Amino acid sequence: MDLTVGPNPFFWDTPLWQAFHDGLADIPVARVVLGELVCSKRLPFYQDAIPGAVERLLAAGKEVAVTSLALVTLKRERKLTADLADMDVPVEVNDLTALAHIPAGRPFWVGPLVNVYNEGTLGWLARRGAQRVCLPPELPLASVARLAAEGARLGVAIEVWGHGRVPLAISGRCYHARLHDRAKDNCQFVCGEDPDGREVDTLDGRPFLAVNGVQTLSASCASMARQVEALRDAGVAALRLSPQTGDFARLTRLYADRLAGRIDGDALAAALLPDTPGGRLSDGFLTGAAGAAWSGAA
Amino acid sequence: MMELVCPAGTPAALRAAVEAGAHAVYCGFADETNARNFPGLNFSREEMAAGIAHAHARGAKVLVAINTFPRAGAEPLWHAAVADAAAAGADAVILADIGLLAHTAERHPGLRRHLSVQAAAANPDAINLYAEAFGVKRVVLPRVLTVAEIAAINREIDVETEVFVFGGLCVMAEGRCSLSSYATGRSPNMNGVCSPASHVVYAEEGPDLFARLGGFTIHRTPKGAPAPYPTLCKGCFTSGPQTGHIFEDPVSLDATALIPALAKAGVRALKIEGRQRSRAYVAEVVRTFRAAVEAVAAGRPMPEGALARLSEGQARTTGAYAKTWR
Repeated sequence: MDLTVGPNPFFWDTPLWQAFHDGLADIPVARVVLGELVCSKRLPFYQDAIPGAVERLLAAGKEVAVTSLALVTLKRERKLTADLADMDVPVEVNDLTALAHIPAGRPFWVGPLVNVYNEGTLGWLARRGAQRVCLPPELPLASVARLAAEGARLGVAIEVWGHGRVPLAISGRCYHARLHDRAKDNCQFVCGEDPDGREVDTLDGRPFLAVNGVQTLSASCASMARQVEALRDAGVAALRLSPQTGDFARLTRLYADRLAGRIDGDALAAALLPDTPGGRLSDGFLTGAAGAAWSGAA
Repeated sequence: MMELVCPAGTPAALRAAVEAGAHAVYCGFADETNARNFPGLNFSREEMAAGIAHAHARGAKVLVAINTFPRAGAEPLWHAAVADAAAAGADAVILADIGLLAHTAERHPGLRRHLSVQAAAANPDAINLYAEAFGVKRVVLPRVLTVAEIAAINREIDVETEVFVFGGLCVMAEGRCSLSSYATGRSPNMNGVCSPASHVVYAEEGPDLFARLGGFTIHRTPKGAPAPYPTLCKGCFTSGPQTGHIFEDPVSLDATALIPALAKAGVRALKIEGRQRSRAYVAEVVRTFRAAVEAVAAGRPMPEGALARLSEGQARTTGAYAKTWR
């Protein structure tokens, strides 16, 4: 099992974006997905930094893909999505719109926002050229195991959401703008004020969700810290680590130590917790009663 | 005339909808294959066959929703639902999952395929992909588009479009939301349920009534005041200094006033949400909408305000159809 860094879901200023991606060259991850996943309005700010980052990561021996937008409605977004197919690296499809533009036979990756719930869907995507699939985070372990077995048969690497606030929903409406009494078209990029998302608590003060523009995330950070053996037994090929602020190099080294057997699940969880946005871990989608649950000590 | 596609959670609701003037009725089998998998709702195989025969005898169509995402290892259950819908004489199946679409196109090429709103195909490129790959004839558009965007889509596709005009409103792109399973373990995609009643607990604490879903407080109302059902995305939450309905107010969709604009935008069919509703409700909504689409088709003004009382005092919205909603 190895590590993939997913696309940054948040809106970071360009120096932070660039420093984050430059830093990935020196850390123990096998591959990186970059580009804009959540909102096309953010892209012009750092678009010019993407080709350089791709080049440096490739030179550092990483596999690289660019993500498609999760929700494509505007003409300009369709053009952006179509243009991805012209890049020299694979596209990670996070909405089927992107697939419409990838020439037959050209390999692509599939991200966690495409609904791959069963063997039939995985098989169809494999026949179209899918090389890797990061499964939807809500899948239970039994489904993950079935799909990993089918992936092995089809030659498709199966990845799961390994660490990070979980992408739970995408909308036409921007909740960040709404919290500032603005409409999406006049958002003034307020999502940039919350580099790990803006927390949403219940009325009795319990952390619940985090809004990130048009995306809704979990308040807890999912972590497969305590599930590595189960996922390895299931045949999962990679864990996806989702960008967050703080010492990301340390986070990836900790996961690499865990995969190499140098630390156990509880030690990893304990080491992650102080740096975790929201201060809570979850792994309930995999084995718990609900996604928010955590298998370890509270 | 635009086709009126009406909900039926029970055989009685199907008959009521047909009687009230539905051009088509949509319904599902009583299991996890459809996205309204609620206790006491939906159709056995025998009821489906009888319902379809009843509708056909009166000139109405029946569309069978098989629009959850099949569980890995359990696809035969969904395949059987498609085969049984075909055998019962369904006019179309409404599907969301790629694997199930591929299976249906291959094994039941003569069975008309509609793309469920759960597939969230929101632009011409995605819609055309589904049309080319699986022979989809109609797409139910996700509730993230404005009327102008719907018109633009219709100019670039060859398949029919169907849009929601009345009833419950998802604020998230349908089929792409795991909020419910994050709180309860049960989701629309996997189980055909959202914010399930089995996970709702009401608790009186001090002067307030708390409505909790999977242990998370969704609403707090003063004891004795009307308490809305704790649907997750319509809940009241706190973020920083603000408290309120951060995602959406407890509103329901009413696009009645937009029917002429939707007709002009090239929309083929109007869909009414509410398979969980009573047959009396279904009959009244269908009758009112049938009058509205007939008026629009004949170039007459629409009957005013007829549906106001059906919203049960709830606030109504035109949702994403107006750009300002975003």
